[in-house]
Amino acid sequence: MHELSIAKSVLETVRTELERRPGARLHKVGLRVGELSGVNADALSFSFEVLVKGTDLEPVALEIESSPRRQRCPECNRVFTVENYEVICPNCGAAGTECVGGQELEFTYLELEEP
Amino acid sequence: MNRVPLEKKVLSENDRLAGDLRARFRREGILCLNLISSPGAGKTSLLEKTLGSLARDERVAVLTGDIQTDNDARRLARFGFPVRQITTGGTCHLDARMVDRALGEWRLEELDLLLIENVGNLVCPASYDLGEEAKVVVLSVAEGDDKPLKYPAIFSRAELLVLNKTDLLPYVPFDLAAARENARRMNPGIEILEVSCTTEDGIDSWQLWLERRREATRAKRAVRAD
Repeated sequence: MHELSIAKSVLETVRTELERRPGARLHKVGLRVGELSGVNADALSFSFEVLVKGTDLEPVALEIESSPRRQRCPECNRVFTVENYEVICPNCGAAGTECVGGQELEFTYLELEEP
Repeated sequence: MNRVPLEKKVLSENDRLAGDLRARFRREGILCLNLISSPGAGKTSLLEKTLGSLARDERVAVLTGDIQTDNDARRLARFGFPVRQITTGGTCHLDARMVDRALGEWRLEELDLLLIENVGNLVCPASYDLGEEAKVVVLSVAEGDDKPLKYPAIFSRAELLVLNKTDLLPYVPFDLAAARENARRMNPGIEILEVSCTTEDGIDSWQLWLERRREATRAKRAVRAD
């Protein structure tokens, strides 16, 4: 359960961004959370809500977009979404594919009202 | 309403610190490994076997993380190498700042191997870069062969899987082939070793892996120094 630590990091960055935009009113924070990130979206939303409650940022919303696991085939360069843990290239059958998506834990946008 | 794109990692501050640590380790030619497992899988036992087999003049140090107690540091200190306990006081993982602080006044130029034993937890430590050269995941056969599928974050990031407690295989329903297959489904490039810290079976394969990685780190440093 490290989502509280992660939510704190989200808020730190949000506050830094807001300092650069005096007078802006924050409505929403967009995040991308990969299925291999080890972060639970519900627990993260809950932690974020708890941290924001009673502060000047309330009632800001967190929108989490999940990102599927993707592998790239070094033989034929095909990038594919992994289903049922199948990592063999569906195009050429190569086994040594590498992870190129699904580990994300990143911001995507801030929704603001600026003066 | 204005939607402003923000391309930034959530843990960018940790990543920045970890990047600084990695640069320092590389400059000094230090191989840094981050050992991750569930509680009781055998990280400390593996480190005991490792330190016990090294000559006293080897340039090795250990940081060991736990929520409470300095038991592990005391277990590891008897081998005579520098060991420091990081007690997180509740936090379920180590982060780059804790490692940076724990290194304190250690003279990194006097080291070439730094072993970091993370807090026993297969989930949270996976998210935090500590500046290591590689993550090593330890899984004991008492835990179940489907763990790689249940904990994708760590198994997809680790370069090496050490399957420990193989001496217990006759007593537990653990399918080695299934465990290997599951680990490769999470991470096709992962290396896998089978060891028992109790009987010392396979420990030589771990020592060999470690020596190969240390050699690679030394070689990279020599290339940069030229």
